[in-house]
Amino acid sequence: MTAYIVRRLFATLPVMAVVALFVFFLLRFAPGDPAAIIAGEDATSEAIEAVRAKLGLDRPMVEQFFVWVTQLVRGDMGVSIFSNLPVTRLISQRLEPTVALTLSTLFVAVAMAIPIGVLAAWKVRKWVDRVVMGFAVLGFAMPVFVLAYVLIYFFAVQWQMLPVQGYQPIAQGFWPFVESLILPSLALGITYMALIARTTRASMLEVLSQDYIRTANSKGLATDRVLLLHALKNAAVPIVTVIGIGIALLISGVVITETVFNIPGLGRLTVDAVLKRDYPVVQGLILVFAGAKVLVNLIIDISYAFLDPRIRY
Amino acid sequence: MLNRVFAGALALALPFAAVQAPAQAQEKVLKAVMHADVRVIDPVWTTQTIANIHGALVYDTLFGNDADQKPHPQMVGKYEVSPDKLTYTFTLRDGLKFHDGSPVTTKDVIASLKRWGAKDGVGQRLMGFVTKMEPVDDKTFTMVLREPYGMVLESLGKSSSSIAAIMREKDALTDPQQQVKESVGSGPYVFAKDQWVPGSKAVYLKNKDYQPRTEAPSSFAGAKIPGVDRIELVWISDPQTAMSALINGEIDFYEAPPNDFLPLLEKARGVKLLKTGKIDSTQGFIRLNHLQPPFDNVKARQAMYYLINQEDFLRAIVGNPKYYKVCPALLTCGGPYENAGGREWMKEYNPKKALQLLKEAGYKGEPITVLSASDHATITPATQVLIQAMREAGINVDAQSMDWGSVVTRRAKKDPPAQGGWNIFVTTSGGVGSANPILHTWIGAACDKGLFGWPCDAKIEELRNAFGMAQTEEERKKIATELQARAMEQVVYIPFGQWDTPLAYRADKIDGIVPNTGLAVLWGITKK
Repeated sequence: MTAYIVRRLFATLPVMAVVALFVFFLLRFAPGDPAAIIAGEDATSEAIEAVRAKLGLDRPMVEQFFVWVTQLVRGDMGVSIFSNLPVTRLISQRLEPTVALTLSTLFVAVAMAIPIGVLAAWKVRKWVDRVVMGFAVLGFAMPVFVLAYVLIYFFAVQWQMLPVQGYQPIAQGFWPFVESLILPSLALGITYMALIARTTRASMLEVLSQDYIRTANSKGLATDRVLLLHALKNAAVPIVTVIGIGIALLISGVVITETVFNIPGLGRLTVDAVLKRDYPVVQGLILVFAGAKVLVNLIIDISYAFLDPRIRY
Repeated sequence: MLNRVFAGALALALPFAAVQAPAQAQEKVLKAVMHADVRVIDPVWTTQTIANIHGALVYDTLFGNDADQKPHPQMVGKYEVSPDKLTYTFTLRDGLKFHDGSPVTTKDVIASLKRWGAKDGVGQRLMGFVTKMEPVDDKTFTMVLREPYGMVLESLGKSSSSIAAIMREKDALTDPQQQVKESVGSGPYVFAKDQWVPGSKAVYLKNKDYQPRTEAPSSFAGAKIPGVDRIELVWISDPQTAMSALINGEIDFYEAPPNDFLPLLEKARGVKLLKTGKIDSTQGFIRLNHLQPPFDNVKARQAMYYLINQEDFLRAIVGNPKYYKVCPALLTCGGPYENAGGREWMKEYNPKKALQLLKEAGYKGEPITVLSASDHATITPATQVLIQAMREAGINVDAQSMDWGSVVTRRAKKDPPAQGGWNIFVTTSGGVGSANPILHTWIGAACDKGLFGWPCDAKIEELRNAFGMAQTEEERKKIATELQARAMEQVVYIPFGQWDTPLAYRADKIDGIVPNTGLAVLWGITKK
């Protein structure tokens, strides 16, 4: 297992190199110029050129690439063209809200999805199954921002139970931290809940038709033991895969939720940096996302071995 | 069972909540959502309005222009102008200190003015008249001009575009094309850089050592009394969320709510809308590329006037007539230099005539490239109205949709449209800058050295210079009328109206808002 993990970690290096190369040149070929944005509305062409020269953006692209790669090798992601702050500081400032939102969303999604997925599989083709799956389809089909605005309208504006927006770090108090995450986790969690519930149901249906389940039932085992101990554990591999994909998506792809609830996470940082053409920040973020996805995939693969003894590396 | 779980969770949470409560109760915090987030902390390096709002909190200026755009001493205690109007002697008032505790000296002031004068358009014009600036001592310095210039004090006190921020000498010696690394000024608030999260929040703490002037505040002039302990400029990019946060009392001040939300905010409990300063409106306009056909021909440019019905644009952008004004002029309507010069060009909306005049100017149906911003609250609908009017007239429009960031890049290209250039883009300008021919850089026609579109007309530049050198208000008004008439004839740009964006605030929570002129004035706001 250790050799496998080491091999997989080494395999990430060429992946990251390709990502770095791709993102650097893609950004440079995309339209837009940070110098023009920095110089502002009333800047002349000459002023824009002067800013561009000072930022080093007028140098040949290959030269810029090597400067960046050399910095990267030294562990330096560079500084933001706009704020002059190190990219690592900008990313680390945004890490906590994103991780908190990811974990709380997963908690909401998994806590709802697995029970209803199991229930739907158990009561397959009965009204419970149809209601549960209808709810899941609705949850998956409804855009996150629509649900988010509906939740804000009722829970924050009308009933004033929860804040409309903002994120409170855990260091500033546990309850404000939880309060700031309830609505965004619900809005985002319902979508993921739908995905996980459908996968749980499909996977459970497959397992429930197996001979050993029939044997367990005929031995007179209680239904909950059959479902939870015998069936769910063996149905877990696809469920874990979907949860893992969810984690990877949540880390980089919750920009709409972060925008609507004004959570200063990595998703918003990415969109803001792309719109402003803040090249060093976008490059740093894409590398972090790529690294996170590789790591999540590795963890999922390792978890297979624990869930299914037949899988060995 | 569930009750026990909740009780346990509550018991865990209470100590955290209890720790927070006293600290928050002591501090008076103003939470404001501005029109953009603070990403740049150097108000001289960029002309971005938000960087200047930041700058106005942190830095002080020698003069401050009041609500009528009249300059008044701010950091300056007394000043003298020689009888030949060539030498200005400024003396700083007592007690001026930077946030690091060091005193403000004339060395800091001169270095700051040189940096600003090398970067800002108005500063460059002023420095074109300045032959030398010399310290007399730590508190007094002289500014010597080569010929009398009537806009010295107005330039030093301006609140539009880059303000003439006074920095520490060591910061002011930074190359003007590079951003300063630290934002340490002598203004009413101290920038808390360690708490800055670009794209989310910028924090300012009360400068306890600040000694405000004694005169009543008026826009940038008069007393700057820090009214709260802490200002948080919170960036909420989604306007719907910002509006809900204001209604819910999570923020106190919303600088630029979209016009669509004004009816809701008017009805919201505790929320008030306030029209900003006398001339603090926005002017929308269409810029034509004077370098490329067909608009290298003045007749083709003049033809475009016949496509503009300002009401169409204003209804699309603003909707409620209470907040907009038809203004077929280049200098701000309602401003001190509003005049009738050249208005006759915009009397008739006649698309057929527009096409006929374009054909007479040599237009043969070639595609006209319009840079169409897809993500801007006001420029996007205005561009759509223009494109529709052009198509209805029978003009071949090549509408190129892109984000605003791409528009600002592409508009700087002088190449033909087929090679990445352009013919038309739409933009806006602040009413304060547009009210004064010197501050209003878009009215200039300095050819290659001018702004995108590159109008080129020696007469316009002569008139702008003459305005700057005029010594009486009467003389200035006469020149402003001549200038506007000439600029309209040459079509430096085509205005499509003027509108206000009132600010929204919690009247039950804050007080003391000074209607701003050019930049949001936050320092006087107090918390109830």
